Amino acid sequence: MEGAWVALALTLKVAGWATALNLVLGVGVGYAMARWRFWGRELLDAVLTLPMVMPPTVLGYYLLVLIGTQGPIGAWLLQHFGIRLIFTWQAAVIAATIVSFPLVFKSARAAFETVEPQLEDAARLLGVGELAIFFRVSLPLAWRGVLAGLLLAFARALGEFGATLMVAGSIPGKTQTLSIAVYEAVQAGQDDTANLLVLVTSATCIAVLLAAGRLAPGRVPQRQ
Amino acid sequence: MNPILPRLLAFALAAGVGLAAQAADLTVSAAASLTTAFKGLAPLFEAANAGTKLQFNFAASGALLQQIAKGAPVDVFASADQDTMDQAQAQGLVQAAARRNFVSNALVVIVPGSGGKPPGSLKDLAQAPYARVAIGLPASVPVGRYTKAVLEAEGLWAAIEPKMIGAQSVRQALDYVARGEVDAGFVYATDAALMPDKVTVALTVATTKPVVYPAAVVAASPNQALAQRFVDFLVSPPAQAVLAGYGFGKP
Repeated sequence: MEGAWVALALTLKVAGWATALNLVLGVGVGYAMARWRFWGRELLDAVLTLPMVMPPTVLGYYLLVLIGTQGPIGAWLLQHFGIRLIFTWQAAVIAATIVSFPLVFKSARAAFETVEPQLEDAARLLGVGELAIFFRVSLPLAWRGVLAGLLLAFARALGEFGATLMVAGSIPGKTQTLSIAVYEAVQAGQDDTANLLVLVTSATCIAVLLAAGRLAPGRVPQRQ
Repeated sequence: MNPILPRLLAFALAAGVGLAAQAADLTVSAAASLTTAFKGLAPLFEAANAGTKLQFNFAASGALLQQIAKGAPVDVFASADQDTMDQAQAQGLVQAAARRNFVSNALVVIVPGSGGKPPGSLKDLAQAPYARVAIGLPASVPVGRYTKAVLEAEGLWAAIEPKMIGAQSVRQALDYVARGEVDAGFVYATDAALMPDKVTVALTVATTKPVVYPAAVVAASPNQALAQRFVDFLVSPPAQAVLAGYGFGKP
């Protein structure tokens, strides 16, 4: 029983971090892509959307090759900072962030593209700085779309399995998220554990969906 | 309606029936450590039994047992330890009379080939230079069970368990060591022999129980005779010669 709560806490921690990172990365890149025209923009868009389309194992393998101790990034981190990423919860966060990034980025880009440029221009004419325009005009107007993307990303990060298993392994209490714990319990024929874990997972998903309904990016104000 | 569509449908149906009618497909669920050896063995069996095609399903023995218990259409089960096969037999999943031990193996400690620090004894693994040790998950992977039993007998399990990086199969433990992501790992001698340039064998560990692989015909198999022939083939001199070539010992 205790194992299930440990796995749940870890899953929420990993998905929370991934969503927070995507709030910065996905919204930033989405805004840049919506506002700036440059050569190869659609190609870059396609590349950034790849993690959503590619099988998680392919992504996991890319990550393993890049951030593993023998990979270019992993070797550099080990040499200069003594950091080994593989088999840590931070590796699980990296995997979950990359997998769920396109959901935030795509929604944010679409949301920013619906914001009328005239409104931003009006603010500019009134002498408002670019950063203030982003936070006080563009982001509030695009917020619903961004929030919808973030919720989807959180849900996707909660269920991440393939890439996470490849780069973070399955260490109880450290990197064993709910979905990996379920897989392991079934492999070992521990159906009691598996039953408990899927119940906890299902309850968590329902709670997330209900919370999403509350925040309601799509809700239209009732007319009296 | 486009006239080509019914013809395509008929063709697809006929092809499907044709596949189903080809009863000479034999599905063998085998321990991950047998992957290379069984693939090498397949042409020999297929040549001796014309029209037979072997389909392999490799994973940790515990995972294979769960698949069979849940009704996977498997004809032969080959496990890396007696415990898993005993469980299969206790659940009535395999033919007890047709069970044969066909190879033996040895448990070894390996370290990464480049930059690895070979331990002088098992006790060294409890020391600081070894922060991560790859061990098969004892609940479903036989090599993990052998390892845990040895470490418990030596009084080292409590010291090494916190360093354990659990592997889903022996081949995953091998991969972790080969990539240099762990400082040491427990695998079979036959696995270590597959990557002589990437891993170094530091120790051969005396197991508490001998590492002997049993094979048996799955009770629910519709191809009992052919499945039995494969199990018998495993202990035949030609098959034993091939298995010995991959480093396996006599049962």
